[in-house]
Amino acid sequence: MIQTIYVMWLRQLKRYWRSKPRLIGSIGQPLLFLIAFGFGFSPVFERAGGVDYMEFLVPGIVAMTILFTSMFTGIEVVWDRKFGFLKETLVAPISRTDIMVGRTLGGATISVIQGLVVLLLTLFIGFRPVSWYAVLPAIFFMFLVSVFLTGFGTAIASRIDDMQAFPMIMNLLIMPMFFLSGALFPIDGLPSVIKFAVLLNPLTYGVDGLRATLTGTLSFSLTLDLAVLMGLSVLVNLVGAWFFSKIEI
Amino acid sequence: MNMIDVSNLSKKFDGFTAVDNISFSVGEGEIFAFLGPNGAGKSTTIRMLTTLLKPNSGRISVNGFNPLTQQDDTRRSFGIVFQDQSIDEELTAYENLEFHGVLYGVDKQTRTRRIKNLMQMVDLWDRRDDYVKYYSGGMKRRLEIARGLIHHPRILFLDEPTLGLDPQTRNNIWEHIRELNLNNRMTIFFTTHYMTEAQEVANRVAIIDHGKIIILGSVEQIMDSTSTGSLEEAFLQLTGRSIREENASSMDRMRLRRRVRR
Repeated sequence: MIQTIYVMWLRQLKRYWRSKPRLIGSIGQPLLFLIAFGFGFSPVFERAGGVDYMEFLVPGIVAMTILFTSMFTGIEVVWDRKFGFLKETLVAPISRTDIMVGRTLGGATISVIQGLVVLLLTLFIGFRPVSWYAVLPAIFFMFLVSVFLTGFGTAIASRIDDMQAFPMIMNLLIMPMFFLSGALFPIDGLPSVIKFAVLLNPLTYGVDGLRATLTGTLSFSLTLDLAVLMGLSVLVNLVGAWFFSKIEI
Repeated sequence: MNMIDVSNLSKKFDGFTAVDNISFSVGEGEIFAFLGPNGAGKSTTIRMLTTLLKPNSGRISVNGFNPLTQQDDTRRSFGIVFQDQSIDEELTAYENLEFHGVLYGVDKQTRTRRIKNLMQMVDLWDRRDDYVKYYSGGMKRRLEIARGLIHHPRILFLDEPTLGLDPQTRNNIWEHIRELNLNNRMTIFFTTHYMTEAQEVANRVAIIDHGKIIILGSVEQIMDSTSTGSLEEAFLQLTGRSIREENASSMDRMRLRRRVRR
């Protein structure tokens, strides 16, 4: 079982490592947001209350990197279906849970790497974590967010066989998740309807955990953040495994 | 003991019957051919035998296991070469086989030995570290056959194994398969729409058309009972048309379209 998960994980990492454009392409967008929003809104926030917006924004941008990378990892399932490799895993005598977990961990590892690369790059524009030791729990949070989101994306992908539809559906989910997560602006003082949507958004708790570990500012509690992310990670993987057991090709 | 037992098997897609109440058995060590035009229900049958698709009705036994309730036991019993490609092109040939070996729980030492033997058998050992995307169609097919054998299956399913290959590669592949059948008493179940292939290779042939088996027996038996000199003529006599795609009826084309869409 561990071997199955390992070999599924290894395959994804090999594919990722061999595709340099993917590596570079997925870092471009978060950096663009960081520069445009960071430099654009910093003066406004400073005038409004002396908040360091760049410091506020960095955990949000890391979360954004993970959000996009993880959700789009699901497309590998659609590709595997299209190019036939999915059959190879489906006729193998392995549990569908192992298939799901292997895929999720593979994609999640890639997301964490991407998130770390972006975090590293923010050091060049002056970002400093609250302490260097804080990076370890931050990586743990990055991993949790990645596992949840990759599982989510993969579970959805297992139900879709249309290559064109997948990115559209993903964007439909990703955009509101990103904008309503507290990644770009503080969630205190939002109108109650929007605040409600923010509280329903799982990514909110990931952003909160990341911000807490990286900068020391917390909106909820780490226990709540952890509980939400862990619970949802288990849930999406179970649902995904069930979806995989239903695939007929 | 029969390696495959199928009775009254049917599969419908949106009310359209792809496989219509078929029954047959394949003995151990037999080479059995499913012969029929495109869209006749050959691949659908293989998909049901190999746990990829659930039948609407009927019973199946593969190596004594039920593909519906004993999925993993069934899956361990067979190797399969799909009609369309199913290898990861971004991995090397060796990595693809290694992946397969791990999934089937073949231990490291055995895996390493078998991969080498099999890749030598299909003449790909020298190209083992090449990415599969640089392989030709025939090489990919040979690699897929090698892959299907790593876990030493009792049955090998081949869905149109030589489709789109040149005659030389075709002969080469059949040579490998006959060898496996002779040396390991491996049961071979293959589908084809090439008459000559079925005639030359198979011990027994089932001719399938519109989802129904219209005749089943050895090539001689089929020719005798239809008083014809070849499978081609037998098919023509039984169905009133030739097996070739260009002569397919509109019904056949509809079946084909449905299959392509899936």
